[in-house]
Amino acid sequence: MSLSITPTTHVTTESRPFRVTLCLVALTLTAILLLAPLAVVFAEAFREGAAAALDMVSERDARAAIGLTLTVAAIAVPLNVIAGFAAAWAIAKFDFRGKAVLISLIDLPFSVSPVVAGLALVLLYGAHGVLGDWLAAHDLKVVFALPGIVLATLFITFPFVARELIPVMTEQGRAEEEAALTLGASGWHMIRTVTLPNVRWALLYGVLLCNARAMGEFGAVAVISGKIRGQTTTMPILIEMFYNEYLSVAAFSMAALLAGLALLTLALKSFLEWHHADAIAASRRH
Amino acid sequence: MIRPSPLPGFGLGMGILLMALTLVVLLPLGTLIGRGVLMGPVELWQHLGSKRVASALVLSFRSALVASAFNLVFGLLLAWVLTRYRFPGRRLVDAALDLPFALPTAVAGIALTALYAPNGTFGKLLEPLGLQVAYTEAGIWLALVFVGLPFVVRTVQPVIEEIDPEWEEASATLGASRLRTMVRVVLPMLTPALLTGFALALARSVGEYGSVIFIAGNLPNVTEIAPLLIVIRLEEYNYDAATAIGLAMLGISFAMLLLINLFQVWGRRRVGHV
Repeated sequence: MSLSITPTTHVTTESRPFRVTLCLVALTLTAILLLAPLAVVFAEAFREGAAAALDMVSERDARAAIGLTLTVAAIAVPLNVIAGFAAAWAIAKFDFRGKAVLISLIDLPFSVSPVVAGLALVLLYGAHGVLGDWLAAHDLKVVFALPGIVLATLFITFPFVARELIPVMTEQGRAEEEAALTLGASGWHMIRTVTLPNVRWALLYGVLLCNARAMGEFGAVAVISGKIRGQTTTMPILIEMFYNEYLSVAAFSMAALLAGLALLTLALKSFLEWHHADAIAASRRH
Repeated sequence: MIRPSPLPGFGLGMGILLMALTLVVLLPLGTLIGRGVLMGPVELWQHLGSKRVASALVLSFRSALVASAFNLVFGLLLAWVLTRYRFPGRRLVDAALDLPFALPTAVAGIALTALYAPNGTFGKLLEPLGLQVAYTEAGIWLALVFVGLPFVVRTVQPVIEEIDPEWEEASATLGASRLRTMVRVVLPMLTPALLTGFALALARSVGEYGSVIFIAGNLPNVTEIAPLLIVIRLEEYNYDAATAIGLAMLGISFAMLLLINLFQVWGRRRVGHV
């Protein structure tokens, strides 16, 4: 037997048949669990042709739902960005006690069921809720109206932007900001020209995830919206209504719109990951 | 309490954060807990004691555990394959794993139901085998597997990337088989991340509503999950019953997360450096 130098990787990897098996399992899982559901949405939506699908999403209730979903996202996402950036600024750039507790509180919505979140909001703002009488006296409607849907969306998406920004801003430290101040920049000027450009990719990443969740939230909105047709039905709620009325093509056409949005989100996210991997590497763990 | 810093805006940032956190998250949750305290333990227990509520709670936590255990095993497999192997379709698998984060749960719910209903693409194949997924507990598992799959993968992936091959080489040099190296060297390094991913998937799937209700069949005592029962009680304006179930879910979730956390602290102490 002749002496041959085996590649160093040999001892740190598995046998070839084992590797091939694992890859096949991974591909099968992806196909059955992830890609098949996505494909069936489009297949069911276009079952009676593209024209029928288009008719369904341009019908009056559907247009109202699309409008409402866009409105909710247009209000909730910017508010989330402001709160998330404020949170990250205070947490990442300053040292104070109780930081870990504060971060846990920001993450709290992750471990609360959306339905329980909706329930909590109803108990606070509903007609029989703690603030119910006060709201009624001032002619303010929260539950079964737009403000309630926005509040529910804000609850569910609360951690999204902050969680992306905190690790990146912590890693970047505060030297650059301090230099800007030394050179005479005002606070806002420093944020605009130093901090924001430094975190722009992580911020965009957070906004993408936040927006996807805001437009797709179901459980919390189902509880608080009252599902008044044409008024408080967001796109996901209308999907449920169509589906329960056996309007399969209508439900899946609406679903295809949201699935298209999800694909767009993923495409942008993949683009960000490939082109700005370093900037967001720190925020990957979630 | 705060270390002095030349940077401005701590007060403003913290002010905005605390105000938003209070108005959006803490005040509503506080109201829920407050209502439970006012009701008292006896009344809470009365609402939770009925067979229907108990079945729903047990079902929700059991199916979340089953699905998260599946996701723990296959999430590890996916993370390993994605970081260590190069094969055709790897990027597609990687990108597709974010789908559950981006796809609205209601869309996932009707899609899975269409696939696994007795006349669906997969349902038709399974029916001759006597297997029914849609409208059974298996359907709930399936939906929760879909929702929770990315959590383990995305938590474990960066940790595998950072493992220095030297550890595995050292283990092999000392005569360990590949299997022994995997079990005694690699797995302990991944355990904290695996547990974190498991906890995230569990927390998410216990409370999951949108993807489950379409495929579950929602038969009281059999396939009716706890969040659905909350929605039903709210529609009956039975706020006390809804509060009791909601608080039970919160309590059990936090207890489970605390347990996983303690396990992690114990594991870290035992393994030492990781």
